[in-house]
Amino acid sequence: MIKFVVNGREAWSEQPADTPLLWVVRDELGLTGTKFGCGMAQCGACTVHVNGQPTRSCVTPISSVQGKRITTIEGLSAAADHPLQKAWIAEQVPQCGYCQSGQIMTAAALLEKNRKPTREQIVEHMKGNICRCGTYNHIVAAIQRAAGEMQKA
Amino acid sequence: MKPEFEDIVFQGISRRAFLVSSGATAVAIAFGGLTFKKAFGQAAPFSPNGWVRVGTDNVVTVYAPACEMGQGVYTAMPLLIAEEMDLDWSRVRIEQAPYNPKVFGNPLFGGAMLAGASRTTRGYYTIMRLAGMQGRAIMVDNAAKKWGVPAAECSTEPSTVLHKASGRRMSYGEIAAFAEVPASQPNFTPEQLKPMSQFRLIGKDVPRVEIPDKVSGQARYGIDVRMPGMMYAAVLRAPVNGERPLQVNDAEAKKVAGVKHIVPLPYGVAVVADTYPAAQKGKQALKVEWSQASKARSYTTEKVLPEYVQRVRNLDDKGTVYEAHGDAQGAIDKAAKRISAEYTSLNVTHATMEPQNCTARVDGDAIEFWAPTQSPFGVFLAAVKGAGFKPENVKINVTFLGGGFGRRAENDYAIDAALIAKAVPGYPIKTIWSREDDTRYTKPRPLIAQRLEAGLDAQGNLVGLRTRICGESIYRRFAPPAFQASGGKDLPLCEGAYEPTYHYPNFSLEQLLEARGVDVAVWRSVGGGYTKFALETFIEEVAQAAGKDPIEFRMKLLEKDPRGQAVIREAMALADWNRKRPAGRALGLAYSDIWETYVAMVAEVSVDRKSGNVNVHELWSAVDTGVALQPANVRAQIESAAVWGVSALRERLLYKDGVPQQSNFHDYPVLRMNEVPKITTKVIVTDNKPGGIGECGLPPVAPAVANAVFKLTGKRLRDLPFKQELLKA
Repeated sequence: MIKFVVNGREAWSEQPADTPLLWVVRDELGLTGTKFGCGMAQCGACTVHVNGQPTRSCVTPISSVQGKRITTIEGLSAAADHPLQKAWIAEQVPQCGYCQSGQIMTAAALLEKNRKPTREQIVEHMKGNICRCGTYNHIVAAIQRAAGEMQKA
Repeated sequence: MKPEFEDIVFQGISRRAFLVSSGATAVAIAFGGLTFKKAFGQAAPFSPNGWVRVGTDNVVTVYAPACEMGQGVYTAMPLLIAEEMDLDWSRVRIEQAPYNPKVFGNPLFGGAMLAGASRTTRGYYTIMRLAGMQGRAIMVDNAAKKWGVPAAECSTEPSTVLHKASGRRMSYGEIAAFAEVPASQPNFTPEQLKPMSQFRLIGKDVPRVEIPDKVSGQARYGIDVRMPGMMYAAVLRAPVNGERPLQVNDAEAKKVAGVKHIVPLPYGVAVVADTYPAAQKGKQALKVEWSQASKARSYTTEKVLPEYVQRVRNLDDKGTVYEAHGDAQGAIDKAAKRISAEYTSLNVTHATMEPQNCTARVDGDAIEFWAPTQSPFGVFLAAVKGAGFKPENVKINVTFLGGGFGRRAENDYAIDAALIAKAVPGYPIKTIWSREDDTRYTKPRPLIAQRLEAGLDAQGNLVGLRTRICGESIYRRFAPPAFQASGGKDLPLCEGAYEPTYHYPNFSLEQLLEARGVDVAVWRSVGGGYTKFALETFIEEVAQAAGKDPIEFRMKLLEKDPRGQAVIREAMALADWNRKRPAGRALGLAYSDIWETYVAMVAEVSVDRKSGNVNVHELWSAVDTGVALQPANVRAQIESAAVWGVSALRERLLYKDGVPQQSNFHDYPVLRMNEVPKITTKVIVTDNKPGGIGECGLPPVAPAVANAVFKLTGKRLRDLPFKQELLKA
């Protein structure tokens, strides 16, 4: 049995050791905000934080998260009110929306270490996340808006 | 299952709770004024017609008839009812319509429930407003009757009926408590609808209602459906389209922990297991001998393409004349100058971020689906024709879609779900395609060859245009009745080439249909993605041959269409067309008139002459879609399709002996953030019936970029993806 912490709550799984974290989070724990996109760390839809680090849960075996802290989109903020989530609404970013949990989790990790990223830094950090609806420019605007709001706070 | 999590995120979702929750929470969060409980309340709802339910709590539920796949119709369609019914939008709750084509069918699809071809707004714009107007009249009539006053003396404010003379007012919710639907419903004509100047919601950029759920992780897509006792399925299909399993050895698959059932299918084998990873492992352990009979086995991209080119070149092979006026060839034969060129475009796949999936459960002789589908109609057919269920025993719930782009207008995933659920009755079973499945079992945009020929008179005027398009038929397989009714015309295949707004004195469009055994399908903008590439680059070649400015040349062809001229002028103004660009950069322009929407786009481009790579730095678009329901969303859609178009400059799915050679994003790259151009879009609102919007941003991208590349290099790009080797210097 693998034990870990998800969104501040203790959790465990008895799935085979090579089971990707993604499927444990989605199907065992019911946290379906984290999405399956490619299964080979190419698209970023499955991004969660493992001990604060943005991580592709589709290629992360459950055995590797023993004792670690996992944060999913559902646990990013108390009431879906992280500055990024608010900015995502203000900029009306999502279209189909499927990739956006992963986009937000990736962006949140950026703002953790860089409170005032330039456009170039945003692009460099976010280019691993695919959005097939092509909302990239809206995503950049939302990250910049969130960074601005966090400066004010 | 972990009980402590079930409490907070998942409570054995029933079908109804599942569907209601996506809509209701969205509204609650979006507008603040509505509590969760109220949104669910709907005490004693009153239904003036099939489209709306008015609760005594004054919450009005409106059905969204078409799926939400990113195009914004989950908000924009209910808004039409709210506008004419005079609803308080902050107390509107949206629910995805159940499968009931009699009420919710799209007239532009012959009354079928299907979203695609940029027909949702165009199809529902009038009928939903009329339904709203009818709802308003019923509320007014009921209030008037209660007050004992003539209905004509009453007016409305949002969700309220007023009788000004006596100062009385009643909310729709209060009316719902006693209202009756009249024996004969009041009916209205389109002429009675509000003029644009009186719109209170349409055109006002109401925020999209489902966005809050899409940033909190609460929005439910097909792949997120969860039910007690649910199992997961993976399907192994033949590597080549059309083959069948001859012999199946499932001994190893059955040994995989968690695998419960092996289900033979006419076209493959399904593995049903406790978890998705177990189902995939089981699938990988299957050993199947496939038939070797499919026509598609000879489909190899590099062999097929030259054969198609040969066919468009053979002018004696007339195929089917799709559309013609005058005598194009006659005019070209007599012309002072003749210009012709050939164009190709390879297969491309949709790569929706949410891989294909579908959940179904069979109980007795009934089946229920939870489907991320553009086509409830297709899911219905999957049940009735594909799995033998009676029409009255089929229930379909449409979830949010993680991208559609035409892929989800198909129903192959629903056939999987229906056949598997039928084989394992009593359990909800979710079939999920892996990304590799999604790519290899794709139904791509057809591979296409085109030939365009034009004639110019001595003054450099265009006297005739003959366009020939060769490709695998989409409609013959996808919509046989429509195909036959039209006399064998393949509408999506030829999209963008017919009914031109350019005025050609003589014109003919010929389609040369192929049947190579590869199932091809609609793909965002379908024909527009390649026909406008050909036409809008060719027109510049023709203008050049005529010694004329390509913009002036287009303006002349658009003399009878001022809306077309206006978007071109506006796009040029946005781009500051005459401003000198930095060294190594140039502008190109293109124009599109498909889906009753006018778009002109300017691209600023540079070329890396070492690699031949084309960089798209900036795009400027002007769009006239008539009444823009939500201008910000129109911009978002244009930009989305433009990004898709930039991605398509390099996308290709290659086949070898009928087998797609790409499988995932590493070998089928799509555009990422580091390559996205800056985009500026201007929406020109005109008082015309709204056109389609989800696809319009795509067609002008490739030709605008190619026209800029010509200015930089003198090379005409005539292939999609671009042939970079042509640009190496």
